[in-house]
Amino acid sequence: MSLTVAGAPPVALRTPAPPGPVPPAPPEPATTPAGVRATARIAAVADGRGATALPLLAGEGPLALRRTRGTGAEAGVMLVGAMSAPLGGDHLTVEASAGPGARLALASAAATLALPGRGGEPARYDVRLTLAEDSAVRWMPEPLVSVRGSDLRVRTRAELAPTARLLLREEQVLGRSGEEPGLLRSRLTVTRGGIPLLDQELACGPGAPGGWDGPAGLAGHRTLGQLLVVDPAFTASPPTAAVLGEFAAVTPLAGPAVLVTALAPDALRLREVLDAACRTYGW
Amino acid sequence: MSLAALLVLADGRFPAGGHAHSGGAEAACKAGRIHDAATLEEFCRGRLHTAGLTAAALAAAAALGLDPAVLDAAADARTPSPALRTAARRLGRQLLRAARATWPTAELDALAAAFPRGAHQPVVLGLTARAAGLGPLDAAHVAAYESVSGPATATVRLLGLDPFQASGVLARLAPELDSVSARAARAADRARREGPDALPAASSPLLDIAAQAHADWPVRLFAS
Repeated sequence: MSLTVAGAPPVALRTPAPPGPVPPAPPEPATTPAGVRATARIAAVADGRGATALPLLAGEGPLALRRTRGTGAEAGVMLVGAMSAPLGGDHLTVEASAGPGARLALASAAATLALPGRGGEPARYDVRLTLAEDSAVRWMPEPLVSVRGSDLRVRTRAELAPTARLLLREEQVLGRSGEEPGLLRSRLTVTRGGIPLLDQELACGPGAPGGWDGPAGLAGHRTLGQLLVVDPAFTASPPTAAVLGEFAAVTPLAGPAVLVTALAPDALRLREVLDAACRTYGW
Repeated sequence: MSLAALLVLADGRFPAGGHAHSGGAEAACKAGRIHDAATLEEFCRGRLHTAGLTAAALAAAAALGLDPAVLDAAADARTPSPALRTAARRLGRQLLRAARATWPTAELDALAAAFPRGAHQPVVLGLTARAAGLGPLDAAHVAAYESVSGPATATVRLLGLDPFQASGVLARLAPELDSVSARAARAADRARREGPDALPAASSPLLDIAAQAHADWPVRLFAS
C-alpha cells in the first residue's frame, strides 16, 4: 500500500521495517455481506524485571500487529495495515490494555484510509484503551484520511486508573490532495478513576450537521488534530493555557491533563505543531 | 408547562448576564470570519450543531432531574477550553442568582450550596426550567436558542449589522433549532437510563482555540 497524504511524504514508505522475525499471517477475519469484522487485541504487563511483556498480541484481518523494538521499560507495537481499510460496512476494533506498571507504545505503519463501500453503509473503527495503576501508554497512530464518498465512525475510549499516564494523538485529514472529504464522525472519551476527563465529538464532511466547514467549524482547514497528555504530575504543576498562532491552542483540562488542538492546511504542518507539543508535554 | 414562563426565561432581558458574552462572535468578527449576515448565519449554524447541541442536552438532562453534580462533571469534560469553563461557571452563577429570586425552590438552593463558584450554565438552566415548571424540551429550546441569539445580537454591536438582518438569521435557523432541541431532549431521556455518556459531546475545535485567544486580548467588548 502506498499513498500520499496532502502535503505529506508517502506515509507507507517512510516506515522502517520492523525488527525481528516475520510473525505468521494473522487469521482470516469474519467476512459478512456487510463487510469485515476484525479485532486486534494487545495486553501489556510489567514483567517484574523492569520491562514490559506482551502476553497477548493478536491481530486479525486488516489489523496485523508487529512487536517493535521497545525502549527501556516500554514495549512497542506497530499496527500494520494488511489491507486498505476500513471500507464501508467494515467494523474494526483495537483493544489494548496495560497492566499495573506496564509501559506500552502503539503506532501504525501507515495512514488509515476510510474508503467508500459498495452499498454506501458506514464503516466503524473502535479503539479501546485500558490503563491500570502506574501504567503508561502512548497511542500515536498515523493520520486518518477521509476519502471522498467514505462514511466512517471512529470511537475511541480510554479508561485510566488515577495514577496512569496517557499520551494520545489523533490526526484527521479530510480528503486526499485536492479531493473532497468523505463523512467522518469521531468521538473521543477519556475517563480517569471513572470520572469523565474529556468527551469530544466531531463531525465533518458532506452529510455532517450544517456549518461544519464554516466560521464556527473548520473554516476551510483540511486537517485537524489533537494531542492529549494525561499525567498525575500535572495535579501539582498544571500546564498553563497558551495559544499557538491563530489555529492551535494548549488547553489544560479540568483534571490533570492537557489537550493541544490544532487546525492546519495540510498534514505536514499539523504534525509539526503536534510534535512540538509532544516534546513539551509528552514523553 | 407554562408558555409564559418559557417566555420569561428565554427573554434576552432576563437578568442572567448573557448580554456580556458573544459566544465566540467577537473573535470571529475580528478574524474576518463573520463579516455579514450570511457569514453570521453560517457561524450560528455551526455553533448550534456543536456547542448548542451539547448545552441543550445538558440542560434537558438537568430539567429531567438527573444528578447536577454528574452533569457538571460531564460539562467539564465537554469543555476543554479553560476560558470557556470559566465563562460557563460565571454565567451559571449569575443565572442561579436570578433564578433563585424568580422561582425560589429548595433544589436551586441546594445547587447554590453545592457549587459556591458556580455550576456550568446549561446545568443551572435546566434546573431553572424545572423550578419554573418547564420540561426538558423547553430547557433544550432555551439553551439552543441562546447558543445562536448571543452571537447574533453581539454581531449587531460588533459590526453594526442591521438588526433586521440579525433577526432574519435567527428566524431562518428556527427549523434547525427545533430539530436540535428535540434531539437534545431525546438524548437526555436516554441518559436517564444509560448514564451521561448518552449525552452528545459535539464540539468545534476552532471555537475552543479562538476562545483561548480571545481571553488573552487586553481589551475586548465581550467576556467570551
